[in-house]
This record gives sequence, structure tokens and C-alpha cells, in this order.
Amino acid sequence: MTERSLAAPPRLLGTRLTRRIRSLGGLLASLALTFLGLLCITFLIGRIIPIDPALAIVGDRAPAHVYERVREELGLNLPLWQQFFIYVGQVLRGDFGTSVLTGRPVLEDIARVFPATLELATLGILIGVIFGVPMGVVAAVHRDRWPDQLVRVIGLVGYSVPIFWLGLVGLLVFYAKLGWVGGSGRLDFFHEGIAPSVTGMILIDAAIAGEWDVFRNALHHIVLPAALLGYFSLAYISRMTRSLMLEQLNQEYITTARVKGVSEARVIWVHALRNILVPLITVVALSYASLLEGSVLTETVFAWPGLGRYLTNALLAADMAAVLGATIVVGLVFVGVNLLSDLLYRLVDPRAR
Amino acid sequence: MSETLSTAGWRAWLLSERPQSALQARLGQAWLSWNAFQRNRLAMLGLALILLLVLVAAFAPWISPYEPNVQNLRLRLQPPGAAHWLGTDELGRDILSRIIHGARITLYIVTLVVVIAAPIGLLVGTVAGYFGGWVDAVLMRLTDIFLAFPRLILALAFVAALGPGIDNAVIAIAITAWPAYARVARAETLTLRRSDFIAAVRIQGAGAFRIIGRHIMPLCLPSVIVRVTLDMAGIILTAAGLGFLGLGAQPPAPEWGAMISTGRAYLLDQWWVATIPGLAICLVSLGFNLLGDGLRDLLDPKRRGG
Repeated sequence: MTERSLAAPPRLLGTRLTRRIRSLGGLLASLALTFLGLLCITFLIGRIIPIDPALAIVGDRAPAHVYERVREELGLNLPLWQQFFIYVGQVLRGDFGTSVLTGRPVLEDIARVFPATLELATLGILIGVIFGVPMGVVAAVHRDRWPDQLVRVIGLVGYSVPIFWLGLVGLLVFYAKLGWVGGSGRLDFFHEGIAPSVTGMILIDAAIAGEWDVFRNALHHIVLPAALLGYFSLAYISRMTRSLMLEQLNQEYITTARVKGVSEARVIWVHALRNILVPLITVVALSYASLLEGSVLTETVFAWPGLGRYLTNALLAADMAAVLGATIVVGLVFVGVNLLSDLLYRLVDPRAR
Repeated sequence: MSETLSTAGWRAWLLSERPQSALQARLGQAWLSWNAFQRNRLAMLGLALILLLVLVAAFAPWISPYEPNVQNLRLRLQPPGAAHWLGTDELGRDILSRIIHGARITLYIVTLVVVIAAPIGLLVGTVAGYFGGWVDAVLMRLTDIFLAFPRLILALAFVAALGPGIDNAVIAIAITAWPAYARVARAETLTLRRSDFIAAVRIQGAGAFRIIGRHIMPLCLPSVIVRVTLDMAGIILTAAGLGFLGLGAQPPAPEWGAMISTGRAYLLDQWWVATIPGLAICLVSLGFNLLGDGLRDLLDPKRRGG
């Protein structure tokens, strides 16, 4: 929010439109700067690894001149800042290098695995919002009484549980003991490859193809990991909703509404809730971004073939091009979601215009 | 009788309206805060959990029933029972003993991360807030960049570069931890910067770094400490996540995350191997969260639980 006030100094001469463009320009510039910083970090990480990329290609028995030639071809003999410029140029052209593990361009790999993450994160955030917002509202209304304490404890447990552990316990109870949900992966083996891949998101693909057996099976598999992610975003969303609601419930317009004889339910769920929607968008966007990028452990536990598992697999195989490529995409997702929520904020909140 | 009299005397001394010394005033304040804190039952529970962790870590060799790394393959995967209260793992090691010794690793990681990250965050935040202008712009842009990565992924990338191991995990987590503290310290500094007493010190001729070090930093400390306490759970979970992925503490170290990871193979038939270390992680991070929540309420009654 400081960003906005810095970027848009009150100017009498500028018309509203130019002011908006100016503030948008400032926002974009700061995002571009952040992204450049991200690249700087990934570049440095790529350079401090103890593995010599040239040595990895030629092997340690190659003669010195071969080694030197490979170093030159990789641009490793250039000064560091020059290497950085080349690196930025490559990334801007979408060239993240080739994965050693899959033998394909990293960008292609990421495009292939990302829909799985998108599907999981979207369902997760839906669960988080559907349960988290009402819980936060109820907690605020019953401040310091048992519903509030209950929501508080549920949230604190969410902040305290290792997600990979909860995933394992969930698999143990709901899959192995009760048989209510499907196991790891996105589908059972015999349902694979039936619905043609259109979006890469199996639920949608199956619905398009009308393969309802596949749809049901996919739902069986996704429900547990999505519920877990939903729980973790719920912890954050309910807590933020509660404090935003508390602020509103003390405002005078709420008293006015009550005095006017508006029903209590309407005061809470319509009048107050409408006024927290704008900051709530930012909260939800932030937790959506963290689900899109942060489900590394969940995907590992559930063998979910998304971005997180791609990253850990690459990591364990020391496949640095893939690791850094995935890291950049993750940073980009964050920057992008931030931009999106900021734009939405401007659209919805008349004061921010 | 004299006992109660003297405690009453102490209380009167602590709550005196006209403290005779700075020490008395400070102790009185601490007493009042402690009284307020004590009334928060959840926060006291958190404090008790943390004290338990510290005690268990301190006395690990004396209270653990077995050696944490001694294998006994004839007793592998024993369910919880009289001889092994929490069962044994796949190499016949006593899980309770490993949990107890694992407390040391957890405490080691948390302490080291805080010792590295908190001063950096405090310094960056106060300097940025005090000087403002381009110094502020540059430093805050830097923290934004670090905050743009989810914590675990940045830590993963650093561990990938530095190599797995507990000390590299500590460095990686510390690198991801300081920006949040810098933000808090900066916000606090911005409100202090324009206050009269800072102006007075400046007029007396104190240099910028003296003002920051002697006058601003001490006042930023409470908020930073609260932020750090609330962050402890995150540090523990990140460390456990790294351990789970095999990038943190290396075997045979009884690190809780790594223990869950090995127990994963036996999840269906020997549930205790994976679930019990997870419970330990939950309890400790819940302890830090409850404590941090209570401290925050204490610091700012306005924001109660918000």
C-alpha cells in the first residue's frame, strides 16, 4: 500500500487518466525490479554450486583444451556481470536450459506439470475460502467466547502441523483404514489416458469428454490433498477475516444500521462483510499464490505430478537448470498474482482509483 | 506468616507509583506484564511446552532410556509397549530416545537461525527506516525480492547449491527469515524517527549509528521478538520439511522430519514410526505459536488475537 502512495503523488495538473497510468507504470516498474532481483538470486545460486558445469559435461579425464573449449562455449570464461546479462536475456526469451533428468527444455517440462498444480491449488483455495471466511466472521461476532477460541485453536493448529505429516496421517486414516479416498497420484492406473488432455486439469478434461467414471476417480484422488491445502489456507484466511471484521464491527455505520432496525444477520453478512471484501481479496490472492508455489511437500507426499514434485525431483538429482527454472516460475507466479490482486483492488475500491 | 508479609512487601515495592530507580520501574513493568500474561491460559500452555522442550534438550542424555543411535535389529519395528514406550524404528532404535535427542537438534536449528537472522533483520530494518530515501528504497526492494519466494522453495534452492546438511539448512533458513524481521523493525522505526526524544538526542550531537544502535534498536526489540516467536514454528516446519526431503540433518541424526521420512515406508503396518515424530513437531510449534500469540496480545492490547 505504501507502494501506491509513493507511486501516485497528488498532482493538480495531471488528469485522472494520466495519474492512473503513472501509478500503474510505477507498479509495473517495481514488479520488473523485483523480478530482476529474483533472477539475480537464481543466477547467484546457480554460480555458487560446487558442481562445475563444464566438468560435468566433459568428465574429469578430458584433456585441458577440451575442457577450456567447453567452458568457452558455456560462456563461463566471461566476467560475471556479462554472464548475468546473457542469463537474463535467455530467461526473457523463455530459454531456461535443458533438464538433465528429462532431456527436454525446462520450460516445456514446467508447462506440462503446471496444470496439475493449478488444479490442486484452485480446489484448495476454494475449500479455504468457503470454510475460512465464515469461520472468521463467526469468530469476530462471538469475540472471546467459545466459537472464537475454537476458530483460534483450529487456526493455530494449522500453523503448527507439518503438512507432509498431516498428509501421511490422512493417507493412513482415510485411504488405508477407511478407504474413503483414492491413494497417491492423480488417477488410478486403469483410468489413465481415457480422457484426452485439453487443459491438463483432469477434472475439467474428464468433464469435457463426458467420462464421468474418470471424473469420479480423479475427484477421489484430489479430495484429500486439496482438503489439506484448504485447511492450511483456511488457517490464514479465517484469522485475517476475523481481524478485518472486528475492525468493521466497531464502525459507526454498523451502529446506524442496527438502529435503523436492520436484522443482525444482515448487518453482519451484508453490511460488514461487503466492506472487508477488498482487503480480503489480497489475503485470498496471497494464499492462492502460496498454494500455487508452495505445495512442494504435499505433492511429494501424494506423488502429485505438479510443479512442486518436479522441483524436488530435480533437486535430488542435482538438475540445476530445472531447479532454477522452476524457482523462477514460482517467483513469477507470486509477482503475477500480486499484480493481479493489486489491479483487482483498484477496480473494486473506489478510494484506490 | 513472615513469608506472606514479605511477598506483600515485594508486591508493594514492584507496584510502587514512584519507583526509586530505573531497575525498580523496569521490574515493576515486568511484573505487571507477567500478571497479564499469566491470565492468558493458552499462552501459559505455550510457555510450558517451550520450557519442556528446553529441559528435555538440556537433559537428553540423562532422561532418555536408551542410546538414540544404537541399533538392535532383533527388536526392529516393535509397537509401543512397556520396554519401548513409543516403539522402535526400522533399525530397532528406541523412538522415545530419538525424539528426546531430536529436541536438541530442533533447539539448535531454531536458536542458530534466530541468532543469525534477527540481528540482520533488525539492522536492515532500522537503517532503512531511519535514513529513508534511497537507502530505504534499496533495502526494502531487497527484502521484497526475498519475500517474493515462498520460504521452503528459497531454502530448497540454497540447500541445493550449498549441499545438504544441518548447518547449510540453518544458513538457508536464516536467509529466508530475516526479511520479515526487517519489515517489522522498519515499521517501528518509522514511528520512532520523528519523536521528540530522538530529536533531542540528535541535537545533543549523537551520530546516526549511535541513535540507531542505542535508542531505536532497543525500542524495536519487543516487536521483533514477538515476530521471531511467531516465526519459530515456521522455522521448525521448514527445517522439518528439509529433513523430510533428505536435505536437512543427515542420518543417523535423530532429526524429527527425517524420522518421519524414514517412517513413511512403514506407514501402513507400523504407524508409530512416522506419526510420533510428527506429534513432537506439532507440540513444539504449537507451543511457540501460543506463546507468540500471547506475547503479541501483551504488547498491543488493541490487536488482541487479530
